[in-house]
Amino acid sequence: MSAPTTIPLADPAHPSAPTPREAPAPVTPKPRALRLRAAGGTGVRYLLLLVVLVVTVGPFLWQLSTSLKGAGESVFGYPPQLLPHEPTLDHYASAARTVPVLSYAFNSLLVAVGCAVTNCLFGSLAGYALARMRFRGRRIAFGIFLATMIIPFESIMVSEFLMMRSLGLNDTLVGVMLPLAVTSLSILLFRNAFLGLPREVEEAAVLDGAGEWQRYARIALPSVRGTTAVVAIFSFVFAWDDFLWPLIVLSDPAHYTLTVGIQYLSGTFTNDQRVVAAGTMIAVVPLLLLFFTLQRYFFRGVGEGAVKG
Amino acid sequence: MTGRRWYAPWLFLAPALAVAVTFFLIPFSNTVVLSFTDASTLGGGHFTGLDNYRRLLSDDAFWLSLRNTALYVVVVVPLMVVLPLLVAVLVQRRIAGIGFFRAVFYSPVVASMVVAGLIWSWLLSSDGLVNSLLRALHLVAEPLPFLTDSRLLLFSAMAMTVWKGLGYYMVVYLAALANIPRSLLEAAEVDGAGPVRRFTSVTVPLLRPTMVLVATLSAIASAKVFAEVYTLSDGSAGPGGEARTLVYTIREAGLGLGGEAGYASAMSLALFLGTLGLSVFVTRLNSQERQA
Repeated sequence: MSAPTTIPLADPAHPSAPTPREAPAPVTPKPRALRLRAAGGTGVRYLLLLVVLVVTVGPFLWQLSTSLKGAGESVFGYPPQLLPHEPTLDHYASAARTVPVLSYAFNSLLVAVGCAVTNCLFGSLAGYALARMRFRGRRIAFGIFLATMIIPFESIMVSEFLMMRSLGLNDTLVGVMLPLAVTSLSILLFRNAFLGLPREVEEAAVLDGAGEWQRYARIALPSVRGTTAVVAIFSFVFAWDDFLWPLIVLSDPAHYTLTVGIQYLSGTFTNDQRVVAAGTMIAVVPLLLLFFTLQRYFFRGVGEGAVKG
Repeated sequence: MTGRRWYAPWLFLAPALAVAVTFFLIPFSNTVVLSFTDASTLGGGHFTGLDNYRRLLSDDAFWLSLRNTALYVVVVVPLMVVLPLLVAVLVQRRIAGIGFFRAVFYSPVVASMVVAGLIWSWLLSSDGLVNSLLRALHLVAEPLPFLTDSRLLLFSAMAMTVWKGLGYYMVVYLAALANIPRSLLEAAEVDGAGPVRRFTSVTVPLLRPTMVLVATLSAIASAKVFAEVYTLSDGSAGPGGEARTLVYTIREAGLGLGGEAGYASAMSLALFLGTLGLSVFVTRLNSQERQA
């Protein structure tokens, strides 16, 4: 029986990449009983994996199946039918007719892309100052960012609403975006990334007469592309998935983002589960595609965010 | 590396500081101030001392929310500490197709809570899949009121929280598992320890800091629970709002027409102190057990 292979989670996205096999196969064959036990162990492992698979992905599949079932077909689960008999895309069109799903999706996209850009830009600027510059008040600035991490957004949402109203930004997408424009987590991730860069290169640049801005823009920022990707993706997903704050700040249904809009669709307009299911699929499929394409940045972000955040 | 111009660092920090101060520090200070007034969301308000806090003590809706939220923390945190760890151990070994399993297990994390809520409310409705399966297996005669009984609604929301958080904490644990020196596990194997024994005697003690981290993160997240309960109940928090959580009640009291901003702010501070207390409590609990 081989010992469990522990592989660092450096790149979990590429399981098919050749894994370093440490030792050549042992010369003496293992006893038959041991080999059988190992095979049995692997079988049990796959069985358990399948159980978890059904639990995690089953709800998505059931929703997908519901969204594709024909109008004459029972969507109720008795007896459960996973594969639609008369598959149709009608309900997607119907969801788009009932509420402006596409315009909600566009609103979400604007907010999410906006947040990704501002978090990368402002987060890296602040992170660079904290990591590489010496100045009076640095500890205070750092303390302010840490303090905002301790304050749960939910505990200041009433005052946040009042603040937005006094700024005249209630019921606007800018109002949705601003509190998420640069999170302390983004700043900390950039700060840690910059601290991990060798100082020598930048010191050489100082001798060449490069100012702070040039060192940041020409040397430091291009060296932390991985962190930039992580911050961009997490800011994007966080903004896309956010529900409570857009629910509070947006009042005109024409301005809704997708999460608020989908809830609105299900609560107000329709009792047809097929249409609601189609709406949820529209909201979640783009994100699932994003995730399956860029998995390794997601996993890396969880590691860095949880450990250092 | 000294800057040539003293203000250069502040230019770098300016946008981030502006956001942190305008959208976190000022609203937080305002929350503290408002909690001592009778302000409404329309403005105005007079200093009323500790009236809001006195009112909290005798407000049934507040205590109900607090009890529900506490129950949420107590049930969800142990599940979040244990289940993702077991799944992480399950996907740790690089067997064929493991990358696929890891990715799929993570996928609920990516979905928004609203999407999750709508999917689950369909699954758990009286004629939904879960009730049909239970009836088909003759486990229940009548459909279980997962969404219309407030206690069951709360537990349904907890199940959804765990479903959605499982993949996230799995990845956190995977990173920690990768740091356990293989030699230790091999030494235990040589000493005759089976897989279970190796897990309890080597892996778990070494993962302790990560478990504390997961407990803290999931405790704070559970204390702030809102979207799960809101979406599963179409915004009603169950019949009579009986499944209300703290954030649900804060939103109901402090926002919307005629919202009592002052009173809701007092509740908000209770939430803030609660989350602060939870993280201190978990850390303390850990250090005490260590000494013992």
